[in-house]
Amino acid sequence: MRLELVKRPGRSKLFSALSPFIAFALTLIAGAIMFSLLGKSPLAALHVYFIEPVTQLWQIHELAIKAAPLILIAVGLAVCYRANVWNIGAEGQFVIGAILGSVLPVVFPDTQGAWVLPLMLVMGMIGGAAYAAVPAFLKARFNTNEILTSLMLVYVAQLFLDWLVRGPWRDPKGFNFPQTVQFSPSATLAELLPMQGRANLGIVFALVAAVLVWVLISKTLKGFEVRVMGSSPRAGHFAGFRLNRTVFFAFLLSGALAGLAGICEVSGAIGQLQPSISPGYGFTAIVVAFLGRLNPLGIVAAGLVLALTYLGGESVQTALGVSDKVARVFQGMLLFFVLGCDTLINYHIRVVASPGGDGAEAS
Amino acid sequence: MGNCVQQGTGAASGYLLETRGLTKIFGTLKACDHVDLKIRKGEIHSLLGENGAGKSTLVKMLFGSLEPYSGEILWNGQAVRITNPSAAKKLGIGMVFQHFSLFDALTAAENIALSLDRTTPIGTIAAKARDLSTTYGLPLDPGALVGDLSVGERQRIEIIRCLLQTPDLIILDEPTSVLTPQEADRLFETLERLRAEGKSILYISHRLEEVKRICDSATVMRHGKVVDHCDPRQETAASLARMMVGTEVKTAERTPHAAGIGAELLGVHGLTRKPAGPFSMPLKNIRLSVRSGEVLGIAGVAGNGQGEFFEALSGEVLQDKADMVRIGGTPVGRMDISARRRLGAAFVPEERLGHGAAPRMRLSENLLLSRHATDHKTFVGPAGLVRSGAVQATTQRIVADMDVRKSAPDPEAAALSGGNLQKFIIGRELDRKPDVMIVNQPTWGVDAGAAARIRQALIELARQGSAVLVISQDLDELFEISDAIAVIHNGELSEPIPIAEATFERIGLLMGGAEPGHAAAQRENA
Repeated sequence: MRLELVKRPGRSKLFSALSPFIAFALTLIAGAIMFSLLGKSPLAALHVYFIEPVTQLWQIHELAIKAAPLILIAVGLAVCYRANVWNIGAEGQFVIGAILGSVLPVVFPDTQGAWVLPLMLVMGMIGGAAYAAVPAFLKARFNTNEILTSLMLVYVAQLFLDWLVRGPWRDPKGFNFPQTVQFSPSATLAELLPMQGRANLGIVFALVAAVLVWVLISKTLKGFEVRVMGSSPRAGHFAGFRLNRTVFFAFLLSGALAGLAGICEVSGAIGQLQPSISPGYGFTAIVVAFLGRLNPLGIVAAGLVLALTYLGGESVQTALGVSDKVARVFQGMLLFFVLGCDTLINYHIRVVASPGGDGAEAS
Repeated sequence: MGNCVQQGTGAASGYLLETRGLTKIFGTLKACDHVDLKIRKGEIHSLLGENGAGKSTLVKMLFGSLEPYSGEILWNGQAVRITNPSAAKKLGIGMVFQHFSLFDALTAAENIALSLDRTTPIGTIAAKARDLSTTYGLPLDPGALVGDLSVGERQRIEIIRCLLQTPDLIILDEPTSVLTPQEADRLFETLERLRAEGKSILYISHRLEEVKRICDSATVMRHGKVVDHCDPRQETAASLARMMVGTEVKTAERTPHAAGIGAELLGVHGLTRKPAGPFSMPLKNIRLSVRSGEVLGIAGVAGNGQGEFFEALSGEVLQDKADMVRIGGTPVGRMDISARRRLGAAFVPEERLGHGAAPRMRLSENLLLSRHATDHKTFVGPAGLVRSGAVQATTQRIVADMDVRKSAPDPEAAALSGGNLQKFIIGRELDRKPDVMIVNQPTWGVDAGAAARIRQALIELARQGSAVLVISQDLDELFEISDAIAVIHNGELSEPIPIAEATFERIGLLMGGAEPGHAAAQRENA
């Protein structure tokens, strides 16, 4: 006996839309089973995990802080993945964006003025885009595999940051801690509602970027080019689009957004450069992009969900004393169920009674 | 024959294979609806039907690639279940597919060995293959590399591969679609010899003349149902076509030249291209000229450089020198496809899904695919925003003009039948009223009604003053619409032959590469 995936004649629109919700429900059920196996009351544990972290206003702000970089990076990655360009190096573009954006407040800490912050943001975007241009160039010129090059460049960026904050950019008055000077107020991203919580302009940028990229992908000729090149490159070539241009466009756009996320994180939530500035946002954003079905508006929701799994992990760790690895388990289960549901939308499972022979003949 | 003993009820009916109420349902579509088919021993039985009539589905069920939804298959009078192709082979059913599954880099014998059990040594296979090839008049060198063989020779490998399993029933799917007329004649001789030995053949085709010529009986399918059984020899081609299509089929009418032949709109001068890969065709010094008001046909057996020629003309592949290709007098050899389109050229490639259209995109998006450059002002507004209203309106106009049948207002391209998608793709270009129209295989896999409409549209376009170049493997089609026919063989193009002087015989010989007098050869001699 064997199982076969048989392609369905059409996709159900209803279930395509419901798929992430079904996946989330399945994750909750599996999570409940996991908690009861750990000897905790499943309902209470799920409450602690998914409800408690968002019961108070300041907690919502924390959620926004975690969700902002995830959304910013993921909408850029969605453009890449739609174009069939596999940028895995958003984490590196995030770091380089943060570094280039920080040149002004670190090297010229005395500069003041309303223009400082916008310039930092622009430089952050340039930094991320320039760093993303490296794998794009290698792919266009030498046909290298961008998955490998973009991923390897992540470690280069992280080590470069580590060297900077321990070496030339270390705060001379920082008691030898590996960190730069604190950014001046005019180099700090403003908090939205300081009375309520810490959420800064980053979440606003993320939402604006999501809407703009949604318009770009679904309403413009450039977005059409991205979709055609990603789904049928030969038809795209017939349309007169050039693959290399699409590769560069996707990499530069996603790099710029990752760079923007980087400088926002540094000038907003952290306020200085330090050896580690990201808990893996660039990688988690890959999950966000797929959970949001590569649709920028879906990504906003997915970004909030994954931000919640971070907060929930901390919450169950303190309240119930379970391992913080629980957060990872939830992220993994979520991705697993989403991909599973998506597969079952396009295919159904057929049980084939063993035919005995090796009857696989191409037809 | 050994089968006589076990015939049982089969002896009474005398049928080798019989299906009763065979039904296959895909989603809501009944691809085969209670199909009854009866094949006698030692007959060539034709399965006739337009594309999408359910022929392939039926055959796949007989060969075990698909499982029937309901109904039964009787083999020698006994009900059998054919769950996979190897079960079909065990019963004695062999199949020669329309699209070959051969490895270019292996020899003929090695390719045959791949489909047999692993124990037979390759030498034995080669010897057996050589025996069969002499017995049945299928000349073949088992040691030859498949990549070097012509399509006709490749088909022979497939047939010999099938015969090695000594089947009682051989299924041939559109076997002559890739052959020259002369090669087809040779195939028919082989089939007649097999029939004389008592083997049965299920012959799938939509070429009515050959069905009339070699088939003893015919089953006609339409929309998944069997509509008629007949003796094709008692019918005319027109009456068979009527059974297939259900209505009278019009052939395209070559209207006289109203304005006459005008200036050259498409010129190719010494077009040469190195082969892109080990098994692709180089183009050798191709010259041609298509003038306003003219339809030029390019005949040739598949794989003789048609695809490479099309890519060179369309600008998907650039030329070494600008004046190798001229559109409306402008040298365009170094311009890309969008620039060539802006000069008034339109292109329709052979492959619809994945080349001419993006399968998972909507019709309106597929309109944009080839029109965004030429109609930029109409379809694209400020900030690169697509004017979906204008795109939709044009899509609906093309759909109405070309009578594209579809199930939703704006379906994905892959959801359309081949013929309807082709009507849309051709209509998408005609809607621009291009000065130069270059079409590769305009009606490949398209049903007769749609094909007639497409051919008529191409003739009308030329008569309105455009230059039309049609690359096709369907000789009937080229004779129907062309003012002159040139033949491509081995990447070389012959001089065009005016339609009044062209005969099947003459074109066929050129397609086989037999006749000296290829344009390039003549030039070399001069």
